[in-house]
Amino acid sequence: MTETAAIISVHNLIKQFGRFAALRGVSAEFAAGRFHVILGDNGAGKTTLLRALAGLAHPTRGAVSVLGKSPRQACRDIGYMAHPSLLYDEMSGMENLKYFARLYGISGDEPCAQAICAVRLDPALARPVGQYSQGMRQRMSLARAILHDPKILFLDEPFSNVDVHSAQEMVRLLKGMRDAGKTIFVVTHQAALVEGVADEFIWMQAGQIVDRTASFNQHTAGVQRT
Amino acid sequence: MNSLWPITLASLAKDIRLEWRSKDALNSMLFFSLLVVVIFSFSFDPTAEESREIAGGLVWVAFLFSAIVALNQTWARELRNQVLDAYRVSPAPANALFLSKALGNFILVMLLEAVMAPLFMVFYNLRVLGTAWELIPVCVLGTWALVASGTFFAAMSIRTRMREVMLPLILFPLSIPAIQSMVEATRIILSGDGNPRFWIVLLLTYDVVFTTACLALFETVLQAE
Repeated sequence: MTETAAIISVHNLIKQFGRFAALRGVSAEFAAGRFHVILGDNGAGKTTLLRALAGLAHPTRGAVSVLGKSPRQACRDIGYMAHPSLLYDEMSGMENLKYFARLYGISGDEPCAQAICAVRLDPALARPVGQYSQGMRQRMSLARAILHDPKILFLDEPFSNVDVHSAQEMVRLLKGMRDAGKTIFVVTHQAALVEGVADEFIWMQAGQIVDRTASFNQHTAGVQRT
Repeated sequence: MNSLWPITLASLAKDIRLEWRSKDALNSMLFFSLLVVVIFSFSFDPTAEESREIAGGLVWVAFLFSAIVALNQTWARELRNQVLDAYRVSPAPANALFLSKALGNFILVMLLEAVMAPLFMVFYNLRVLGTAWELIPVCVLGTWALVASGTFFAAMSIRTRMREVMLPLILFPLSIPAIQSMVEATRIILSGDGNPRFWIVLLLTYDVVFTTACLALFETVLQAE
């Protein structure tokens, strides 16, 4: 399908919440070292697909393989950033990262400080995360996701509620990571931000992938462009 | 998988730090427990002999209801900002999270008992007629019985609506053997009437069975949607 080997494969993935099917038989392969952008209207199944790839949503039917393993087995190679921050509001950024580092067997302040610096924040900032601006919180959340140097990053709405300057900064950071060989998946409604950077646009509608294009403008399947 | 105890201790330290900063659970538990002591002391006017008979039940009712406050708070802070998902995608063992939460609640409830026990003694005019040191294993084993099963069922109920109501509805019926053991052992020790050993052994058995079952099943509870 692509010039590089598939790092993730999804086979006939169905995810139901009660009687509602959020994913309706998604099958796809995703290449390594690329910047994938998942687009679609609200309720199209973007977040559910991302959560299934990260191992947070268990398939009702079908299978997900990440690096030839189940997402749970591949968790050391996965970095996940959700729409909420996944951080404790009462602790500082550094305190948060030091705790999450321990979950991956990482000790010492240095890796945490590096991750915080990578997202252009100050590791010495003592303010609790709850007092950060939305943009700072999003960047600290990204720092948490990249803390253990994962091969694959799943980012859900990383640019929402972030000012244009901060969002562009985040895109530059993600581009650098992609260039360093990481595979990146971004769910967003702000496709314009990643145009020219992303390698592939995945268009979703009603729980299915309806189109995959190399550029934003090539899409023809009828999903509304935002 | 990472080793269990370093992550357990890191999670416990984090929970203690968060509780120290907010004091959400501790303040509500102390206030609630104090209310129970005062209200019951107004409701009854027992002699010292009657107090010894009913104090075991009163003390543990107060601690049980106060523990519910801590148990509900335990998981509430993991749901804010969906922080639990960050743990679920990490390679950290599920049991480390369970143990840290159970130990954190154990420390909170033991702290509460240390503060409230002297107040109970004063308000109900109590004097221990049995072997006083036997109250220590009853408190330790009884508290662990409450928090181990309580932490587990609180985790089970976090994704339900009205979880504050659901927790006691699930927890209390299953804790009856433990509650009866705590109350009977405390009554025997306070009145000096008999030997509490049977109830202490029953409490220990309850702890071993429930802790083992919780550890075996917690991974499933944590990864459930």
